[in-house]
Amino acid sequence: MKKRTGVFVCHCGINIAGTVDVKNVAKELSKYEGVVHSEDYVYMCSDPGQKLIENAIKEHKLDSVVVACCSPSLHEKTFRNVTQSAGLNPYQCEIANIREQCSWVHKDKEKATSKAKKIVKSIVQKVLRNESLEPITVPVTKRAMVIGGGIAGIQSALDIADGGHEVILVERSPSIGGHMIQLSETFPTLDCSQCIMTPKMVEVANHPNVKLMTYSEVQEISGYVGNFKVKILKKPTYVDPNVCTLCDECTKVCPVVVPNEFDEGMTGRKAIYIPFPQAIPATYTLDIESCPGVVPIACGKCADVCEPNAIDFDMKPEIVEEEVGAIVVATGYDLYGKDKMAEYGRGRYPDVLDGLQFERLLSASGPTSGEILRPSDHKVPKEVVFIQCCGSRDPELHKPYCSKICCMYTAKHALLYKEHVPDGQAYVFYIDIRSGGKNYEEFVQRAVEDEGVVYLRGKVSKVFQNNGKITVWGVDTLTGKDIEINADMVVLAMAMEPSHKTNELAKQLKIALDKDGFLSEAHPKLRPVESVTGGLFVAGAGQAPKDIPEAVAQASGAASKVQAMFSEDVIHQAPIVAAVDEELCSGCKLCIPICPYDARVFDEEKGIVSVNEVLCEGCGSCIAACPSGAAQQKNFTDDQIYSMVETILEGE
Amino acid sequence: MENFEPKIVSFACNWCTSAGADLAGTSRMEYLPNSVLIRVMCSSRVDPQHILWAFKKGADGVFIGGCHPGDCHYIDGNYKTLRRIKFLKKMLENFGIEPERLHLEWVSASEGQKFVQVINEFTNKIKKLGALNLPEGSQN
Repeated sequence: MKKRTGVFVCHCGINIAGTVDVKNVAKELSKYEGVVHSEDYVYMCSDPGQKLIENAIKEHKLDSVVVACCSPSLHEKTFRNVTQSAGLNPYQCEIANIREQCSWVHKDKEKATSKAKKIVKSIVQKVLRNESLEPITVPVTKRAMVIGGGIAGIQSALDIADGGHEVILVERSPSIGGHMIQLSETFPTLDCSQCIMTPKMVEVANHPNVKLMTYSEVQEISGYVGNFKVKILKKPTYVDPNVCTLCDECTKVCPVVVPNEFDEGMTGRKAIYIPFPQAIPATYTLDIESCPGVVPIACGKCADVCEPNAIDFDMKPEIVEEEVGAIVVATGYDLYGKDKMAEYGRGRYPDVLDGLQFERLLSASGPTSGEILRPSDHKVPKEVVFIQCCGSRDPELHKPYCSKICCMYTAKHALLYKEHVPDGQAYVFYIDIRSGGKNYEEFVQRAVEDEGVVYLRGKVSKVFQNNGKITVWGVDTLTGKDIEINADMVVLAMAMEPSHKTNELAKQLKIALDKDGFLSEAHPKLRPVESVTGGLFVAGAGQAPKDIPEAVAQASGAASKVQAMFSEDVIHQAPIVAAVDEELCSGCKLCIPICPYDARVFDEEKGIVSVNEVLCEGCGSCIAACPSGAAQQKNFTDDQIYSMVETILEGE
Repeated sequence: MENFEPKIVSFACNWCTSAGADLAGTSRMEYLPNSVLIRVMCSSRVDPQHILWAFKKGADGVFIGGCHPGDCHYIDGNYKTLRRIKFLKKMLENFGIEPERLHLEWVSASEGQKFVQVINEFTNKIKKLGALNLPEGSQN
């Protein structure tokens, strides 16, 4: 055991010193077992503060250091680096959290000081028993996988590929493009969405470093940061894209019509189809779920008319195995369930549309070739009501969060409607207008002032069909008046939610989800593109509702994290892993099923269970299960925990 | 008993409960100062023997905080903790220790308010229960 610990107590201005008598803590610790030096300073994390620690380590020949300051999540790295530059092993430095877990949560100075002393003493007990550890290094496979072929996934894949690394881009639907390719124009510039999206799609598909796998789903993932093994299910399309000439004869004879996903169900498509004209890969897919059966006896009309014989009914699902070092999860969003908001007529009245359906109406490639017509009677709607926050910001009944993009796209919808139908009237029901973003507020003002869109602050109570019109009852809370509008069309700004199957994929990936089912980032402020699981990164609306520029920025951020990881041949992992005392281990194997990472392996020769340090994540679960005390977690040993407990309970 | 200040040892996982306690601090929420927290990587690192050791060494209550079910940083460590604590609570009675002196709670990194609430409730519960007072000699 070491005998020369230094204790450094930080004032953090008055953040700590305001509630904790830091001088008293430093003084008492100077007399504590194993402590040879103790002092306090106003800001330990400042440059002079760090110098002070470095000098003290040298001057007093310290072999370990406790810094009593803020949470280890903030400055553990800083002070471990200081310790290292003074010639000590960084794992000989520990943080006593006397700010977040003491000075900031108590007001009584005496009690807080007494508690701070206990905290620091318990950490001294820990560091006295700390081992010097070296980080575990593991080699990195410099290939990446991106899951999701929307704008975020495409951007990530392109950036990583441009960096010179191979990327596998996996998309579950037949074409890449995501929701962005469905949109008409984008706010606030009114760029044509397809015009800015298709070049990206072509670029990623043609990039020499990108392997595009559409109509494919990640089925299984094993391994760890830097070394993942992935099994990808490639679903059969029953069409050979290299032979298909896109003559479209097959769709003419196909007898099956199902709702067209690309047009959000406003048109139909055949069982054999190309999702949209610019689809990538440009080929047909036979949707086996709606096809009567891929045997000539069931139908086979498409194969009969296919001159180049591109249709192959014998195509089978294929499992492709890949090895990658990093994974970007860009699984995107769906609009809140089709069965939701029936109270506003969704799914009941043909002229009540959701935001994406209205995008398709506006789109030149949409069901009406860009003309705004009512689905029920193909007449031009003269009065349109847009309702914001449909399912968002409603913790009692729907989603508690703000879906963020709806204020902006509703302004865009209303503005574009006015351009298409200059003599029409657009109304918007809103709770608040959230238009933070470059040129966003100006865009909303343009809709209000230049286009005369009527904004009504209030919620809608009832939407019902009435003599071919859709009557909307609401309230304008600014004038306090009840509002009744007999509209021709109603557009609901539905909440965004994580795309379906995000939950299942997250379980496969061992990536955490937040309470709303979105992918969790490692830190809400400082690590917005990493997940808590090493080697997994998040991008796009699968992490939280966001608009295109934000999704692109996050995707590029995730890609740069991946490239930083790939810039070195090895990665370093925290060495606080399990270790086994071979003398004590009886080989009972109780620890093996406890380990979720398969890191505990039975050594037949020695008759003991050893630890694969690369696989071990350092949870310590197997240690608590070990009946003989043979297993210990490095720097979280039983001995350390017992002495910390004892120290906390000493005195009054 | 009015002025009884119980001694409480808290074990909290690094990823959820300790981070939740940090958030309580960052948000300047006040709570009772009786418990001192020991940060472990996962609540499943906590061995029932650590808890018994705490009671033996004079703790009036022991609190364990972990991630919500399904939210564990180590996949399912919290389920292991749950099983161990349930089992240990049954044993505590045989040792003459009220099972309520041991409390397991799921507190996420975003639940600073919940951390404050459960620590205050637990501390007040232990205040009501009074000192543990194990028989003489059992502390050795």
